[in-house]
Amino acid sequence: MRRSAFRRSRGDAPFRLASTGAGVVLLAIMAAIGVFLVVKAIPALQANTSNFLTEKIWNPNAVEPAFGIGALAFGTVLSSFLALVIATPVAIGVALFISHYAPRRLAAVLGYVVDLLAAVPSVVYGLWGVVFLVPFMRGPSEFLNTYFAWIPIFGGDQVVGKSMLTASIVLAIMILPIIAAISREVFLQAPKTQEEAALALGATRWEMIRMSVLPFGRPGVISAAMLGLGRAMGETIAVALILPATFGISFEILGPNGNSIAANIANGFGEATAVGRGALIASGLVLFLITLVVNMAARLVIARRKEFARAA
Amino acid sequence: MAKQIEVSGLDAYYGAHKAIEDITMTIEPRTVTAFIGPSGCGKSTFLRTLNRMHEVIPGARVEGKVRLEEQDLYGPDVDPVSVRRTIGMVFQRPNPFPTMSIYDNVAAGLRLNGRFSRSELDGIVESSLKGANLWNEVKDRLHKPGSGLSGGQQQRLCIARAIAVRPQVLLMDEPCSALDPISTLAIEDLISSLKTDYTIVIVTHNMQQAARVSDKTAFFNLAGQGQPGKLIEMDDTSRIFTNPGMKATEDYITGRFG
Repeated sequence: MRRSAFRRSRGDAPFRLASTGAGVVLLAIMAAIGVFLVVKAIPALQANTSNFLTEKIWNPNAVEPAFGIGALAFGTVLSSFLALVIATPVAIGVALFISHYAPRRLAAVLGYVVDLLAAVPSVVYGLWGVVFLVPFMRGPSEFLNTYFAWIPIFGGDQVVGKSMLTASIVLAIMILPIIAAISREVFLQAPKTQEEAALALGATRWEMIRMSVLPFGRPGVISAAMLGLGRAMGETIAVALILPATFGISFEILGPNGNSIAANIANGFGEATAVGRGALIASGLVLFLITLVVNMAARLVIARRKEFARAA
Repeated sequence: MAKQIEVSGLDAYYGAHKAIEDITMTIEPRTVTAFIGPSGCGKSTFLRTLNRMHEVIPGARVEGKVRLEEQDLYGPDVDPVSVRRTIGMVFQRPNPFPTMSIYDNVAAGLRLNGRFSRSELDGIVESSLKGANLWNEVKDRLHKPGSGLSGGQQQRLCIARAIAVRPQVLLMDEPCSALDPISTLAIEDLISSLKTDYTIVIVTHNMQQAARVSDKTAFFNLAGQGQPGKLIEMDDTSRIFTNPGMKATEDYITGRFG
């Protein structure tokens, strides 16, 4: 038989098979993890004598298990959110300095340093937090409590070093490099034609950044912040070392309150009963859902102004 | 409003490379001056030295004098930002701010310069868009993004943005090279009508365009690859295109090289 001149090329098929296979395997692994978590969590949730979503205490190893995600989810969200509020402005500043202000050689060195910071293991930050920052924070915390107690988050009768604020600062330092590194990459890609358009109108450097670099970089910065938030919420060791592992809901971030889902799993898994493990797994599922919601919200924010976001 | 520019003994560098050498010329107010010459001869570089945009490129610097009505633009206490507010620029590729609406694009320079009431802004935006021959096409969608316009409309939006701040001089760096013939014609008509208010300098690769829109033409050339570009001659456009003083100019405009 004559071979057609328009035959499909052979090399395509194996590659398509391989890439499709990889995609399918990934989905299968995800599904398997999900099923595993749900199956392990259900018996514990059935044994629970309290409301899993609203209960604050965590007592799954008792004869009559009573536990809820309330305080843990609150602590996770609050500490991560505070960390994001502290880290994002600083990270944007660092990124802008590297991309638009620093002389080229200094910028290259600083870029490496930021990348290096992003690679430091979280336990190192945690240890630094416990050894240095916890004692150090007592003074500033008391200052805030004395003079700014009229701001509700700085109120409260008790002020300690192992507080939500200290944990948030450590988290902020941990996520700062990743936010700064991604933001820098985005700012560097701001179109030169846009920057020149602003300069030619008589914009100063800061005005040029506000007119052309920041609007261009906005979706990228939001993505970077969300990556940082995800890392802060999943962070285990640093938070477990610092937070006092209490089960209460309080906005007073200077007091001895706070815990997080991930830290609670790390602290409790070793001596947990079967029901206790199931309970921890259920809390892990909640953490997963929170991260998912945060990421979807970020995508919505990015997509909202798409019509305007198209670069020339 | 329109002012004269006097350049004397101007050199411009990119790092160690000298891009243009010893340029001296006078650009008359309320005229259109065209810069022509082969690629790489430094005409765009020279244009960018006139509003101190050359130096925003890392390592780029300028030696020599540029005077705008007796004021030295490269004087020690001159702020390049204020120079650029006085001498506007339109670029080769249309570059409206993509995240801003049409209205905000035109108002962008005004908002940098100071406070305007809403009605003042409305008035200036309208007159600038009318001045750029764009008002009728966009008046119903002022608050839509400028990036949704066609290339020619975007370029006229950039001209509206540049004239909104009432500059003394308008520099145009090949403003039509990315446009189709109809949009090009629209921009050329616009240049002729803007001439009554502004001093206009236009860089172009298109010799018919130079002949059509300009009153004066300056021809730039370079001796060879890696050599700095130089001003060969400058004269009335009609003279340059009919009876140029230099052989190189004649060769270039008759298409014998370049």
